Amino acid sequence: MNIVVCIKQVPDTTEVRIDPKTNTLVREGVASIINPFDLYAIEEGVRLKERFGGKVTVISMGPGQVENALREAISLGADEAVLMCDRAFAGSDTLATSLALSEGIKKIGFDVIICGKQAIDGDTAQVGPGIAAHLDIPQITYVKKIESADNGKIIAERMVEEGYEVVESSLPVLITVVKEINEPRLPSLKGKMKAKNAAIKTITSADLGIDKSKIGLDGSPTWVMKIFTPSKKEGGKIFEGSADEVVAKLIAEMQDNLI
Amino acid sequence: MGIEIEIEKCVGCGACIKACPYSAISMRDKIAYIDEEKCTLCGACVESCKFDAIIMRVHHEDVVRDLTAYRDVWVIAEQKKGAVQSVSYELLGVGRKLADDRNAKLGAVIIGKDVRKQAEKLIERGADKVYVVEHRDLEHFIDESYSRILANLIRKEKPEIVLTGATAIGRALIPRVAVQIKTGLTADCTSLAVDPDSGLLLQTRPAFGGNIMATILCKDYRPQMATVRHKVMKELDPDPSRKGKIIAVKPDDTDLKSRTKVLKLIEEMESTLNIAEADIIVSGGRGLKSPENFRLVEGLAKAFGGAVGASRAAVDSGWIPYSHQVGQTGKTVCPKVYIACGISGAIQHKVGMQSSDCIIAINKDPNAPIFEIATYGIVGDLFEVIPKLTEAVKKILKK
Repeated sequence: MNIVVCIKQVPDTTEVRIDPKTNTLVREGVASIINPFDLYAIEEGVRLKERFGGKVTVISMGPGQVENALREAISLGADEAVLMCDRAFAGSDTLATSLALSEGIKKIGFDVIICGKQAIDGDTAQVGPGIAAHLDIPQITYVKKIESADNGKIIAERMVEEGYEVVESSLPVLITVVKEINEPRLPSLKGKMKAKNAAIKTITSADLGIDKSKIGLDGSPTWVMKIFTPSKKEGGKIFEGSADEVVAKLIAEMQDNLI
Repeated sequence: MGIEIEIEKCVGCGACIKACPYSAISMRDKIAYIDEEKCTLCGACVESCKFDAIIMRVHHEDVVRDLTAYRDVWVIAEQKKGAVQSVSYELLGVGRKLADDRNAKLGAVIIGKDVRKQAEKLIERGADKVYVVEHRDLEHFIDESYSRILANLIRKEKPEIVLTGATAIGRALIPRVAVQIKTGLTADCTSLAVDPDSGLLLQTRPAFGGNIMATILCKDYRPQMATVRHKVMKELDPDPSRKGKIIAVKPDDTDLKSRTKVLKLIEEMESTLNIAEADIIVSGGRGLKSPENFRLVEGLAKAFGGAVGASRAAVDSGWIPYSHQVGQTGKTVCPKVYIACGISGAIQHKVGMQSSDCIIAINKDPNAPIFEIATYGIVGDLFEVIPKLTEAVKKILKK
């Protein structure tokens, strides 16, 4: 089984903070990490391979430094890594990104494609379903458990607002995974050694034979008009004292302002 | 490279440095310099430059040539078990305003089995016309068939704007549609407006975990599509005197084909409400110390008629299922009132709830970061405070 895991390198948004003086985003010294949801995707790919056999290839699109993220993925159990690195990809929105990735994935070959639910920098959750649409394959989003994946079909549990659905699909399929699906393992010593020496395959837009008007800025219908910092919540009222006092104060405030 | 600084125009004011979310711009010899390695060509700096010194060259090949062929605002209604979900009424609320601003009609699309009578409800809530797509195979949401039907309908009817809820269904459905019709899609918007000058849809959304907001445009492609966060837009009161047109759409057999099928649905929101729907959420964290104590949180939620949320620590300890988790690796919620009990307020939790209208925090540590964003903070022992608060709320709501 050919398992392809799509990952994204993101700034650790939990470290991103706002400079109170200039009211701008401070990104100095903020580490680049593998998108947290993608760690579950890598782990699930490796588990699928362990259960049903096959090969796990990780793929990512981005600048040269994304190589670090791909090496980390290998240390976590992936077999091979592909980096789609080309200035022509820069400025891609979700439509162009999902097209470029789908072309890259075609080069690798696939039975199951796994993505994290969404990336924590953009939070769109659009690239996974976008890839599935470009490849014209079925998708199962928000997967919390893969029950089986053999004989050309997969059965998975998909989270929905009120619980979960058990969904069956033919292969090939694209799934996006949530945190509940597994607990990612730590890199093994052997994995770290392998990651250090692994050859990362690089793909450019020319290798894909892709029409440049369909990727990057030119292939992206959406455009960021402006970016601003949200108005900060004013510091609230703090109540201290005995439980009776604080409850009475809170109830009074709530009755005045909320009801 | 698609972006350039026009050296003659740049005055070195530095406005672009502040606008860049990727720290890609710096000053070299008092002229702005863009680091290609860091720049993602997002375009945020272009608008920030008052001297038009930043030029972004975009050449869209397969653009929609005749933008005027596209009219009307559409809302894709979401139904479960044949009932319209409340997020769809919120979409109609904002959709009505957008349609009026564009001097256009507000359409709604509902796909399902026996959903025709729901069309009346959509009209009462603001729709001028409702496309009803019915078939027995369409009872439940299916990614492939729903997206194909919708893509075909959009191609045929050419709406200018299409809105969908940023729900599990909406976020699975609409990216597939956007790819099929090759247009732009903006995720999880919290504000939508029509630009009075250009007539374009201004789509504003949080990014970087809510640390910044971005306004997105889709200039050359149609329709302009967005998913909209639940609980942000206001629904209109139902008006039974409103009139609208109901249009039956027959799906093709090829549209109905799907390679996935739902074998069963297991409902597990046993304790009260779904957190995405709730106006009031009471959440518990590590401070509760044990699964038994988590009952206190459930009791308070019940008294308010609200839903139960949890921090990652509480979920990882196995006190409550993952579906209740609020925060970066759980759900993003924005209820009217969010009550955090024994939650310190790590940034991973805050990004999932900081847009709530009113935040009440109960924690014994006066330095807990949750107090920084709390509208009301109670410094105290939650084992004393919660039972008293629960009693007080019960008394008031009984009246």
